Amino acid sequence: MDAPAIELIGIDKRFGAVHANRAVSLAVRAGTIHGVIGENGAGKSTLMSILFGFYEADSGEIRVHGRPARILNPADAIAAGIGMVHQHFMLVAPMRVAENVMLGAEGGALTAGGLARARAEIARFGREYGLLVDPDAIVGELSVGLQQRVEIIKALYRGAEILILDEPTGVLTPAETEQLFRVLDELRRQGRTILLITHKLREIMAITDTVSVMRRGEMVAHLETRATNPRALAELMVGRAIQPPMRDIPAAEGRPLLEVENLTVTDARGIPRVRNVSFSIRAGEILGIAGVSGNGQSELVEAIAGMMPRASGAIRIAGRAVPEAADAARIRAMGLAHVPEDRHRMGLVTAFPAYESAMLGRQDAPRYRAGPFVDLAAAIADTAGKMARFDVRPPDPLLKTANFSGGNQQKIVLAREIETDPDVLIVAQPTRGVDIGAIAFIHRRILDLKAAGKAILLVSVELDELFALADRILVMCGGALVGTRRREETDQNEIGLMMAGLDNAGAEAVP
Amino acid sequence: MSPATSLPRWADVVLLPALNVALAFLAAGLVVLAIGENPLEATALLLRGALGHAEGLGFTLYYATNFVFTGLAVAVAFHAGLFNIGGEGQAMLGGIGAAAAALALGHLPGAVALPAAILAAALCGAGWAAVPGWLQARRGSHVVITTIMFNFIASALLVYLLVDVLRPEGMMEPSSRGFASGARLPFIHEAVAPLGLALPKTPLNLAFPLALLAALLVWLLIYRSRLGYAIRIVGANPEAARYAGISPAKITVLAMAISGALAGMMAVNEILGVQHRLLLAFTAGYGFVGIAVALMGRGHPAGIVLAALLFGVLYQGGTELAFDKPNISRDMIVVIQGLVVLFAGALEFMLRPALARVLQRRRRG
Repeated sequence: MDAPAIELIGIDKRFGAVHANRAVSLAVRAGTIHGVIGENGAGKSTLMSILFGFYEADSGEIRVHGRPARILNPADAIAAGIGMVHQHFMLVAPMRVAENVMLGAEGGALTAGGLARARAEIARFGREYGLLVDPDAIVGELSVGLQQRVEIIKALYRGAEILILDEPTGVLTPAETEQLFRVLDELRRQGRTILLITHKLREIMAITDTVSVMRRGEMVAHLETRATNPRALAELMVGRAIQPPMRDIPAAEGRPLLEVENLTVTDARGIPRVRNVSFSIRAGEILGIAGVSGNGQSELVEAIAGMMPRASGAIRIAGRAVPEAADAARIRAMGLAHVPEDRHRMGLVTAFPAYESAMLGRQDAPRYRAGPFVDLAAAIADTAGKMARFDVRPPDPLLKTANFSGGNQQKIVLAREIETDPDVLIVAQPTRGVDIGAIAFIHRRILDLKAAGKAILLVSVELDELFALADRILVMCGGALVGTRRREETDQNEIGLMMAGLDNAGAEAVP
Repeated sequence: MSPATSLPRWADVVLLPALNVALAFLAAGLVVLAIGENPLEATALLLRGALGHAEGLGFTLYYATNFVFTGLAVAVAFHAGLFNIGGEGQAMLGGIGAAAAALALGHLPGAVALPAAILAAALCGAGWAAVPGWLQARRGSHVVITTIMFNFIASALLVYLLVDVLRPEGMMEPSSRGFASGARLPFIHEAVAPLGLALPKTPLNLAFPLALLAALLVWLLIYRSRLGYAIRIVGANPEAARYAGISPAKITVLAMAISGALAGMMAVNEILGVQHRLLLAFTAGYGFVGIAVALMGRGHPAGIVLAALLFGVLYQGGTELAFDKPNISRDMIVVIQGLVVLFAGALEFMLRPALARVLQRRRRG
């Protein structure tokens, strides 16, 4: 049997007190697709960063095709035939595709030769692997799926025999994911080796030959994909049996608590981001919003939450009209709670101690107030209570927010918002970057709120999540509503097509 | 920040700044050596000049008073994510305000005239800083640019007022007339005389305890008040502020106004406390040194008081050193200050990773 294309032996890496990788070993056969799954913080990214030369391992060995390789920086990795497609693309948006592909491999002071070579190679990759893309297109104008293709082409252009893809499907529509998998399949057929980092079990099952599971810095299993199943993998990731949240609380037909009528939102440059959107959510109902990121969901949420002005339209919370000039604080006072899509960017202040993050947006609430001062003792005690009720670990209100794991940070945000007893809760991407154990907990809390007769607007790019929680699913594309479906009357396939702007007949639903 | 560079709090707050200052002095020592003087002797002279006798100490604290005010001014703006380098101009306006009040009310008893003059200094400084703040908040004009420009405008305004408006008939020097006794802040040596304490005559005046009080109030504002919480959120994460319903525009203007008020209070020390008249160039660069003080003090009032003391020592000790050692000119002191700013400010985190590694090894070992 041939030596494995990639072999990691006893890789160990510490960051201060954090033991990110503990004696991790991994071998990947040439010409296969190998999946690496694990919760957030399990050490997958660290391991891949070591393989690609961003970090140096404290100890351990890397072998490429059986030969020991010293990979101290990305240039070494590329020389060893390893390419990486990052979760966040490293592209120069205003430049053309060919220029991006050539970047760093111009071959001389003049670019003409390099460009011609890049063009020829792009054409060849298109023929051989189905990686079709116009070499003269401006990268910034391409869809996310095509930009990802450019990243793959960049790696192949540099001679990558081994391709690492880090969470490649997070930003793709289901259809784009399908196309990506066809490309990966073709690459495998032609002998390239692929390492796929993901947290989506479905993808592991769909495309990989073998799979490794990481948990808390350790490799806990190497499996043949055919010989396992999603449930077993999930339990390996978490280290215990997972109970699916109790879902079926019937949608109560209460009074509408959130009503949105003909809402249009334009951004600072005057470009419409939300076009004439109307919906309402009743007490005890969860309305899910599906859509590929960047199709107006964020702006919709921000307009409802008072963070962005609306161009036109009306919003009512529990029957009361929200004035156009109302800011986030005012709208909160009207009974809205908001778990923002990006907790680092807006939901928390990571540099502050947890109790200061736990009062964000409620800083003027009477319980935190002592004249012009913050009632420190009350704020800390209040946070300690929230931490106990939401099982935040470690339960230390004075610890810096940044030092909590993603799941625990999200629990702090969720506790803060849910415990104000709102009429309406907006939750955007509640489980992004959250480990599986915490996901179940967060879902249960959202369902508790539904059972308590609140109206919940759930925005998520994870269809699994929408199907697990929402009573109705509303699909957005290009800022407009494509359609609404009751959960039990649709499936992920139909929603996926709608997300791409097509209705189930395959016709363009959005101009 | 990655866990690789996390330090225990004591090391972060005490050890690292101390090491940085030590490094600055080491580098300064090499410069002193290079011009053929003994650095140890120079250090001893500097410290003795600044701290070794009551008179020197008085001068040191007098300088430190200015640095506390301008350092706090920079720090408050910094907590809101703003870089206010207009301390000079704001202090000049503070001086104009203080002088206007002092000239108008100086005949009244001190209990009336002094609070009015101090308030006038703070308000004028606040107004002068609020305008760039407003321009930043509403028009997106960067405060770094506008506050620098406002320094020039303030300087021109001061010259105009002194030459064409406030200068008494027949006086050649561009300065206002002297303040009446009601608007003179008592010197410390005067204030303690009734208690039977005889201190040498120094410019140290009641502005010094006022500066310490200001440091305490700034600490309360930034770390204990709801306004301070809002200021810190705007500085640390403007998106989170928007999410929380805190208006970054409002906070920007407010933080700049508070910052300007503190810078303006510097004039209380110089104009009401020492000069007793308005004159040109009384700000003497203290506004700019405030940036270094705030950086070194890590934006924390306690750190700023300590950094202000250090700079007071450098100013006073440096003057004595230049007097004793003609070879070491005043410029040498500027070099030392520059090195302190370089090591404690710009290269603040240079030693951090190495220190983190050393401490970690010790903890593990």
